[in-house]
Amino acid sequence: MFNGLGKILKVLSSGSKAYKLWVAVLFVLIAIGTALLIKQFDEGLIATNMRDQVSWGWYIANFTFLVGVAAAAVVLVVPGYLYHYEPIKEIVILGEIMAVSAVVMCLVFVTIDMGSPERFWHLIPLIGIFNFPQSILAWDVLVLNAYLVLNLSIVSYTLYKLYKGEHYSKKIMMPLIILSIPAAINIHTVTAFIYAGIPARPFWNIDVLAPRFIASAFCSGPAFMLIIFQIIRKTTPFKIKDEALFKIGEIMMYAMILNLFFLFSETFTATYLPSNKNASHEYLWHGLNGYNQLVPWIWSALVLNLAAFLLLLIPKTRKKLTTLNLACVLLFVGIYIEKGLGLVVPGYIPSALGEIYEYFPNTLEIGISIGVWAFGLLVFTLLSKIAIAVISGELRCECSLEAKCSDNA
Amino acid sequence: MSENKNTEHRAQKTDITRRKFLAGLAACASALSLPLNADASMLEEYFRQHFKRLDKDELNTILKNLEKEFSQKYEKAVTVKATPAMEDVLFGYTLDVSRCIGCRKCVYACIKENNQSRNPQIHWIKDLEFKRDEKWFHFKDSEPYYDPPEVPQKGRFYLPVQCQQCKNPPCVKVCPVKATWQEPDGIVVVDYNWCIGCRYCMAACPYEARRFNWGKPDIPKEELNPNMHYLGNRPRPKGVVEKCTWCIQRTREGRYPACIEICPTGARKFGNLLDPESDVRQVLDNFRVFRLKEDLGTNPKFFYFFSLGTHIKAK
Repeated sequence: MFNGLGKILKVLSSGSKAYKLWVAVLFVLIAIGTALLIKQFDEGLIATNMRDQVSWGWYIANFTFLVGVAAAAVVLVVPGYLYHYEPIKEIVILGEIMAVSAVVMCLVFVTIDMGSPERFWHLIPLIGIFNFPQSILAWDVLVLNAYLVLNLSIVSYTLYKLYKGEHYSKKIMMPLIILSIPAAINIHTVTAFIYAGIPARPFWNIDVLAPRFIASAFCSGPAFMLIIFQIIRKTTPFKIKDEALFKIGEIMMYAMILNLFFLFSETFTATYLPSNKNASHEYLWHGLNGYNQLVPWIWSALVLNLAAFLLLLIPKTRKKLTTLNLACVLLFVGIYIEKGLGLVVPGYIPSALGEIYEYFPNTLEIGISIGVWAFGLLVFTLLSKIAIAVISGELRCECSLEAKCSDNA
Repeated sequence: MSENKNTEHRAQKTDITRRKFLAGLAACASALSLPLNADASMLEEYFRQHFKRLDKDELNTILKNLEKEFSQKYEKAVTVKATPAMEDVLFGYTLDVSRCIGCRKCVYACIKENNQSRNPQIHWIKDLEFKRDEKWFHFKDSEPYYDPPEVPQKGRFYLPVQCQQCKNPPCVKVCPVKATWQEPDGIVVVDYNWCIGCRYCMAACPYEARRFNWGKPDIPKEELNPNMHYLGNRPRPKGVVEKCTWCIQRTREGRYPACIEICPTGARKFGNLLDPESDVRQVLDNFRVFRLKEDLGTNPKFFYFFSLGTHIKAK
């Protein structure tokens, strides 16, 4: 076993200059984030721009967005394992590693948003109190952790078998794979229900929220994957076929159609006739009583999303890597704004008693969030480095006897 | 002091193993001297169980220790009780909007009585100002930060809002750790030692009744109210949620909440909804009342009404 660990460490510590620089940069960002986090922990959340009127901000926005990214592994699992589309099947493992990294980031984001994170044990059933099934937040803790364990098991089992030079057992693998599909839908549905279940916030309290969450997740997650896949293809021996990338692009297009349709339905319902429930929509899209901080952001997000949608819709641009990549970047930024600033914050503006407190993350919140992203990217980088080494045969069990191999487990 | 019926009921056998386990954890932590300068009381506080899981002895020890700690820190004799709900009492509150002059005396009496942080400022009561000539009101047209040289201003009316002590409190249902709950007398309380500070309750509350300790609360020694309740006005730590408890430390001993006592116009009435002779029942029996955001089905026990001026010409 120590032999195996030593080999893994060797793989992780060797690499090109670009790899080492990348990891060093991530470590620096994590260090800065940690320093800021210590400051926040010391002073309390008053160090952020959140206040009673807008009591969830940038951290929860990032959390919400990343749940979507995590859920998007399904976009690879379904065509890969259910439809046996080979080009995608070869890269499913990267999608699962991304899911793992994204869930880790989600968990870090909710933890740093807590006022008393050291009391986390209160959530543990039996020694603490887990308000299940009443609290949707309790559901979310459950489904996120289950999804993490599930994906981590799939990844480690696949890699372990490859490491030993064996085929994975279908009897073990398929149930896990099948289970990961509803689990992915689950994490996003439950996260949407955190918001949708609250009548006090009419902006969130709509039936289309969960479907829209899922539609947008199937755009933003794959967009991120497409870019990362190409970086991996360029920098490692790992092979990723163009067909796989184009297939993902096609799935993104369908998801985008749904996303825009849901957005349109929601906005129409909320704004056609005057209603006292549409104040948040008015604030977001038009400004309310002269407060309009989010207006340029949400319109830019819409323009970015529409531009990306056109690039995905036209077959010529969808099937060309440069334009597909452009679409991915536009879409990723567009949905990040839309899910980030555009969903969580307007729910609180105006506040339940009509007050307008214009929230925007301060440098501390942004710095800490960059640190968390860097941490997630580090997890992704290291895990995929190991995975690629195993897949390419660089990392293999050298023992001649099967028995010895099982000892290594 | 502090015979809590709830806790007696809840002290189950399973608690013993849990306590043993926690004691073990605490012992391990102290053996490793985990938190840098942790002493026994810090560890006790960290591993302290949910209020409803504490038995009588544990609770009494905790209250004694808190009294000692606060008396030392604030240099005056402090009492911390955990008086349980009285039997056959369901508290209710009524507010006569036509008599409220927007003086905010209730806001400041509340701060003093309930040991709210002065810096950063925490107010449990939010007084809203509306334009009288509009006759109707919508929250988005209200002004919470009105600051005229004197009140009431002509052409304005005022609507103070605090916790509505809902019968179906959304805040209670959403809490992931049951750190907030409704007591038998209808008061929704928070266990400040159990709240993890996720603020889901603040998102769920339609009345903006919940406040968060964004920073370390600060109460001047000379202004501290030494008569405290564990679930009410004892000083709170940073990073937890707090809210109006209808002065649980007073009302469970037969006194009125501070906001009722201070109100110069008698706009506020408080009492037992189950007692036909109570002030609140008098109001409910004789006036048409309304509740805020009735459409949400929260079923508040806080009623607003107009006793005067239904035919007064707006100036």
